[in-house]
Amino acid sequence: MDAIGLWIGAFLTLGIISFLYKDNPWYKLSEAIFVGVSAGYWFITLFWDSIYSKFYIGITDKGDYYLIVGAILGFLMLLRLVPKIGWISRWPLSFIVGAISGFYLINYFSSNVMRQVANTVMPLFSTEYGQSLFTAPIGTIVANIIVAGGTFTGLVYFFFSKEHKGAFGVTARIGIWVIMITFGATFGYTVMSRMSLLIGRMDFIFGDWLGLIK
Amino acid sequence: MNQIIKRRVITRLSSIVIIKILFLSLPVVAEQLIPTIDDSVEAFIPAPPAEVIATDAVYDQGGAVHLEWQLSPDDDGSAGVYNYQICRQQEGTDEYIPIDSVLAGVSSYIDETVEPGRSYQYIVAVNGDCGSAPSEASNVVTPNIEWLNFGLSNLFVIGLIICGSVIYFIAHAKRGKKLFIRRIAGLEAVDEAIGRATEMGRPILFVPGILDMDDVQTIAALTILGRVSRVVADYDTKISVPVSRSLVMTAARETLKASYMAAGRPDAYSDDMASYITDEQFGYVAAVDGKMVREKPATCFLLGAFFAESLILAETGNSIGAIQIAGTARPAQLPFFVAACDFTLIGEELFAASAYLSGEPKQMGSLKGQDVGKGIAMIIILLGVIATTFGNAWNISLLRRIADFLRTLFEVG
Repeated sequence: MDAIGLWIGAFLTLGIISFLYKDNPWYKLSEAIFVGVSAGYWFITLFWDSIYSKFYIGITDKGDYYLIVGAILGFLMLLRLVPKIGWISRWPLSFIVGAISGFYLINYFSSNVMRQVANTVMPLFSTEYGQSLFTAPIGTIVANIIVAGGTFTGLVYFFFSKEHKGAFGVTARIGIWVIMITFGATFGYTVMSRMSLLIGRMDFIFGDWLGLIK
Repeated sequence: MNQIIKRRVITRLSSIVIIKILFLSLPVVAEQLIPTIDDSVEAFIPAPPAEVIATDAVYDQGGAVHLEWQLSPDDDGSAGVYNYQICRQQEGTDEYIPIDSVLAGVSSYIDETVEPGRSYQYIVAVNGDCGSAPSEASNVVTPNIEWLNFGLSNLFVIGLIICGSVIYFIAHAKRGKKLFIRRIAGLEAVDEAIGRATEMGRPILFVPGILDMDDVQTIAALTILGRVSRVVADYDTKISVPVSRSLVMTAARETLKASYMAAGRPDAYSDDMASYITDEQFGYVAAVDGKMVREKPATCFLLGAFFAESLILAETGNSIGAIQIAGTARPAQLPFFVAACDFTLIGEELFAASAYLSGEPKQMGSLKGQDVGKGIAMIIILLGVIATTFGNAWNISLLRRIADFLRTLFEVG
């Protein structure tokens, strides 16, 4: 049984990789199986995780009756299937969008704005009170200038109410340079992590399936 | 034969002698190994910790009690004290139950296993070499639910300023005053990209990321979809919106429907424009890639939350020669879009896009209000960095106090 699974896995992996050559029937078959199996898997997973474990067990075993509100909203979504009263399905949708926006606003605001600003207010050239200028190690000074300067110029770049001209434009340009250099570093870092995905599949093909890697 | 018997007898006798010597010598060796107990020295039991104070943790849902105590006088870093055992007595019971322990030298603990509305009392026992010594019982504490978190007061005030600015600018825009927004290259290209697809007679592909409606990027993407589909409806171009979440499919269909109705072409709308594929990340990518190479859309919009699939989608779009406009707020994926797409909306630009594209007073006012927030942040950073840098260097207490104040304004409790 394991051997059959191994061969099917290898067949589908090579089918997906064959897309690198061009779109072909092997890829189409692998894609259709992948989509169909995964959609079915998620349907079952969500049914048991949400409707059974969370809702049914929550109501019957734990007495969490507030879950009925969610169930009603979910039921209202299904009213889309009845054309005459399909408009009711917009209510739960509006509730979800509104509630989620409000809920995440505080988290985003406190982590992306408040904490970032508070942590950027830092001495550039010294580390302790009473120290004269340039007493911090050169590495710390450079890091502080990059963090404070990069945050400030980045904010200038994302300021939409003023044209990027003159000194403001120069600052914004520095900001986008800082952002692009950050992207360059991120690019290299992320590519390395993607390589590990490829290595994983190659290990499956040449190791588990063909047995060429021991 | 006799010699063999003789040898065996000698071996046996010598074994007996060796064993006897060993047994006889054991008490002597044992006496030397085991130290004698000196009755004049007392067993070391550390002095107990004192002043155990229990307080209800502030601004929480009544699920935590904060404990503090004075360390045992013998807890001076020497090896005699091991740890402190926290014991708790719950209202209605008459025994203290150990709940946790902390290392020597630690004089506080947060009990996060309490229930709101119930009373508790604590004892902290110090454990030493030869025993433990419990403290006096703490005060009785009853954790309560706090409905308001005053630790976030600064967040509330700054939020009020920004919301006030948004309301002011919306009213300003509604009065017909023009609000200036600088040019955003990626968004200038939207109409051009739709026009290109129309001229080529090829469809437009719109991918709203792979996360659900609980992500603001997905919401931002669907807002842009509203604007894009409005133009698409005007131009009578085909649009396809494959999604990986059922809720996003529903929202996308509603958005498309509203746009087609606003364009006066409800008959041209079809539910098939937005289709669910699968929740599985790479299954979704495989299907969208297949769709790209088969339908060959002239324009691809990749807007929303993306993960590892960002480069796969962008590269496939690039390979079919589509003009690509991408945007996300995920820093790890932006480099791939910058490298493989024609235009990229970076972070905040994605959220500004709908206001920019629509020019509606409400959205423009919202964008302007956010700019007020950014302006405040810029001023605080500039003043704070100058004050703390020179306050430190020249030891000017006024500058240091200003820097501390500015930092405190943005610190979240």
